[in-house]
Amino acid sequence: MEFLSPKNLNEALKFKSEHPDFTVLAGGTDACTLINSGILKSKGLINIYGIKEIAEIKENGDFLEIGALATLTQIIENRLVSKFLPVLAMACKTIGARQIQNRGTIGGNVMNASPAGDALPVFLAYETKMELLSAKGSRLVLFEKFYAGYRKTAAEADELAAKFIIKKCDDKERFAFMKVGTRRAQSISKVCACFRQSSSYKIAYGSVAPTPIRCYVTEKFLNGCKTDAFAADEAVRLVRQEVSPMDDIRSTANYRRHVAGVLLKRFLESV
Amino acid sequence: MKSVGKNIPRLDGYDKVTGKVKYVDDIDIPDCWRGEVVRSDIPYGRIKKINFDKAFDWDKVMTCTYKDIPGKNATIFLSDDQPILAENLVKHVGEAIVLIAAPSASKALEAKKHITIEYDTLDSVLSIEDSRKRKNVIFGKDNIQAKYKIEKGDVKKGFAEADFIVEGEYRTGFHEHAYIETQGMAAIPRPDGGLTVTGSLQCPYYVLKTLKSALLLDETKINVVQAPMGGAFGGKEDYPSLLGMYVALLSIKSGKPVKIIYSRDEDIVVTTKRHPSIVTHKTGVKKDGTITAMEIDVAFEGGAYSTLSPVVLSRGVIHSAGAYKCENTFCTANCYATNNVPTGAFRGFGAPQVFYALEMHIDKVAERIGMSPHEFRLKNCVEVGDRLSTTQLLKESVGAKECLEKVLSAADFGKKWRNNLDTCAFKHLRTKKGIGLSLYMHGGAFTGSGEGMKSEAGLRLNKDGTISVLTGCTDMGQGSHTVLPQIAAESLGVPAALVNTAVPDTAVVPDSGPTVASRTTMIIGSILVRCAEKMKKKLPDLKKRDVKELLKTYYSEHGELKIIERYILPPEIKWDQEKHCGDAYPVYSWAADVAEVSVDAETFEVSVDKLTVAVDVGRAVNPVLVEGQMEGGTLQALGWALMEDCIYKNGKPVNNRFQTYIIPTAKDAPEWKTIIVEKPFSYGPFGAKGIGELPLDGGAPAIANAIYNATGLRITSLPITPEKLYSLYEEKNKIK
Ligand SMILES: Cc1cc2nc3c(=O)[nH]c(=O)nc-3n(C[C@H](O)[C@H](O)[C@H](O)COP(=O)(O)OP(=O)(O)OC[C@H]3O[C@@H](n4cnc5c(N)ncnc54)[C@H](O)[C@@H]3O)c2cc1C
Repeated sequence: MEFLSPKNLNEALKFKSEHPDFTVLAGGTDACTLINSGILKSKGLINIYGIKEIAEIKENGDFLEIGALATLTQIIENRLVSKFLPVLAMACKTIGARQIQNRGTIGGNVMNASPAGDALPVFLAYETKMELLSAKGSRLVLFEKFYAGYRKTAAEADELAAKFIIKKCDDKERFAFMKVGTRRAQSISKVCACFRQSSSYKIAYGSVAPTPIRCYVTEKFLNGCKTDAFAADEAVRLVRQEVSPMDDIRSTANYRRHVAGVLLKRFLESV
Repeated sequence: MKSVGKNIPRLDGYDKVTGKVKYVDDIDIPDCWRGEVVRSDIPYGRIKKINFDKAFDWDKVMTCTYKDIPGKNATIFLSDDQPILAENLVKHVGEAIVLIAAPSASKALEAKKHITIEYDTLDSVLSIEDSRKRKNVIFGKDNIQAKYKIEKGDVKKGFAEADFIVEGEYRTGFHEHAYIETQGMAAIPRPDGGLTVTGSLQCPYYVLKTLKSALLLDETKINVVQAPMGGAFGGKEDYPSLLGMYVALLSIKSGKPVKIIYSRDEDIVVTTKRHPSIVTHKTGVKKDGTITAMEIDVAFEGGAYSTLSPVVLSRGVIHSAGAYKCENTFCTANCYATNNVPTGAFRGFGAPQVFYALEMHIDKVAERIGMSPHEFRLKNCVEVGDRLSTTQLLKESVGAKECLEKVLSAADFGKKWRNNLDTCAFKHLRTKKGIGLSLYMHGGAFTGSGEGMKSEAGLRLNKDGTISVLTGCTDMGQGSHTVLPQIAAESLGVPAALVNTAVPDTAVVPDSGPTVASRTTMIIGSILVRCAEKMKKKLPDLKKRDVKELLKTYYSEHGELKIIERYILPPEIKWDQEKHCGDAYPVYSWAADVAEVSVDAETFEVSVDKLTVAVDVGRAVNPVLVEGQMEGGTLQALGWALMEDCIYKNGKPVNNRFQTYIIPTAKDAPEWKTIIVEKPFSYGPFGAKGIGELPLDGGAPAIANAIYNATGLRITSLPITPEKLYSLYEEKNKIK
């Protein structure tokens, strides 16, 4: 297997356009396990880990820009994130454990495209824009348009994920990240969710459909009424209809549907 | 006492903690080839053809089939039904058919891709139920690998006397050992033309036995050496006989050293598991809490070959009525063959399954008559003078009641149990607290007169003035190679620092029997006490100051001094194997657990907050190591109780990786309270009994009972997942 280690972003983009069928290696915490288990058969690897241009976390006016190669630990410890998007740090803290957080990147979590990726509901709930780069240039895609189906993304074979652009959260908004997994650490989600209440409700889930999802019907209902206990019950009922989980090795559709409702109820009780 | 009862640090600890120790995969063997195994990917079928791709250059690699085995194509255990390499029939997924060795691992893997097997598929049997129904007969006349019956008193009479009869059925599934070091072995040609086989193995003499019979070599031509081991838990009791044969065959045929190290997924697919079980109980009880009759049926799944199943089943059924007074018991047991992977030894050896059933059932019985679980157990718990279900009279060393009393008071059980019961139905509580109890025991050493096989162990005075324990028993992490020197040092009256344990090499150490059945400290320890007495008689007075100098001088004057002794079975042991009646074990270790849990009332996630464990080990030779066994074994039980679940589809585990086979992490571990009770056993070294397996027997039911106390949900199949709790909750609430 060929192993390419570009020195900078331009070289990385060049390699990727020359070898669109090579696997990009960021932290490798997903890619290496997939290669080891024979699920991912790749002809070669392009190691982009540590390329500085796309590893930074910056403020840009009303927006926060998070480089795809920022590690999960970097996000957990970053001052801008804890000020303007604390819920992302909360989500990253639940990924694997320390070793995985030190090595794994946020771009890897997104590009791996597992419906159970814990950071994904946060990006959905915050209406993130994602920058994709190739040797030909750059383009922005809406995160909610990014997943085309189970483990399918809108990225082209010659593109790299470069950064995530997110509007800073406002002072008054309420938010939560919640996760029910298989155990207390090193635990993949059975259900994970990011909830927001600012000017309107935003509800996003992971692990309850082939891709991470926003629950627009439930959002619309909540946005259109006064939230009291009755409304909360109705929202829980609606959200359980809106998710479309399945039975798999970690859990059952029935349980996931139930828990999706429980988590929303807990959020609504807390706001 | 100077050594026994002291927390001497593990002799292997420093090298393990600093990473210096070399496991078999780390041992650098010059010019070593790597082996691979071509296996069956169907559960049951006839091999039609083995295709070796003509386009591949087979000259660069070595392959073996059963035809290369000069002697008997079988692993040598109770019955020799398991072939080393399949001949024309495969009986489970992962059964070995062709072996490959090549100068590099990648070459061996490449060669593997060029071998394909054609089969005629046969109708497979994949569950206890299908085997019992004889969906297809795949083993003997009736699919039964072993069966027993144990009778005491008259159950009919017992049920007639009962005020209530309580029934229940309890199930457990496959359980993976999950040792950190996967299985691995190497065969290395010796300069004298012989062969050394080394690796991660519990029982060097078991491996030797199969090698001798399959290769038609005697022990002058072949020796087996245990390499340092990263855990085994019973999983390296019988399996290394297969793997040892693979490397030996490849090495003999190629003339090269050959190593095979399993990847995690290969290990999970092909190596043994704990027996799945279905245990049914029917119990007669009087209003005052007297148990009048116990009828128990134990069904285990043995998998494709019988391996150790007959003895696992025997231990299971003997323990199935537990530590209770009951005049009338009737226990039946069957082990059923299936086309799943052979099940084998796993810490507890049949006892965890039957205690999960019994200890959940006892709570149900107590509830039926309105008695609390602890009062019911205190009333019925055996003491000296009582008889167990095999009619064995308990003469001494019975700490059951003391363990029970100690955990109950340490955990403040009665009060918490009552309180939780009162709050269980409260709808507004997001977290429900629960507390649960279990009482259990584990027979030390082999069943019945099994220890009459006269195991050997010895002591050897070395040139440098140190003394080595010589035993074929191995340290797999349990600490025996620290504890045995402590026993020897105490008996000899020398400082513990002067005694070590020789590397278990069949060319050097005697056959001490296998390292199983919680027997090493108790059996080998007691042989060592006798060796020490003999040795002391030969040596000058060791009360002098510089013992090491004294011993050195003795050696230089007299040469090596080696004393080998045999185990002597306590004479009063009487056992009828046919009827499974009499003294099933020389002695039992006793224990009680209290588990405290928090259950999320909506997501049904369970967190075990605290485990209080009391064990009667006779004598704690090294108390910290005893506590280590208590905590580690109970944590393993926690995993089995709550999350570990081998999911099989068509004979193959789907979750054959640690990503999907979920075991507890450090964060899932509870707060511990361990209590050691010492009721000495007169035939044990300084009173010591076994501790290795006991801690896995009682954790699961204590946790299950705690969950019931918290939620009112009794889950009768392991693991108790939030998914199962939620569906039972849903079911109960729908009916109402
Ligand atoms: C023990 C363990 C526990 C884990 N626990 C969790 C958990 O709790 N929650 C969770 O969500 N995940 C978990 N994971 C998965 C994984 O750690 C995360 O998804 C992590 O964020 C992946 O980042 P990475 O940099 O290691 O990705 P990599 O493995 O390097 O890459 C993943 C995929 O994305 C592609 N890729 C990566 N970066 C880019 C880029 N910039 N442009 C284009 N393509 C790219 C790669 O080609 C590959 O296909 C766990 C993994 C392990 C091994």
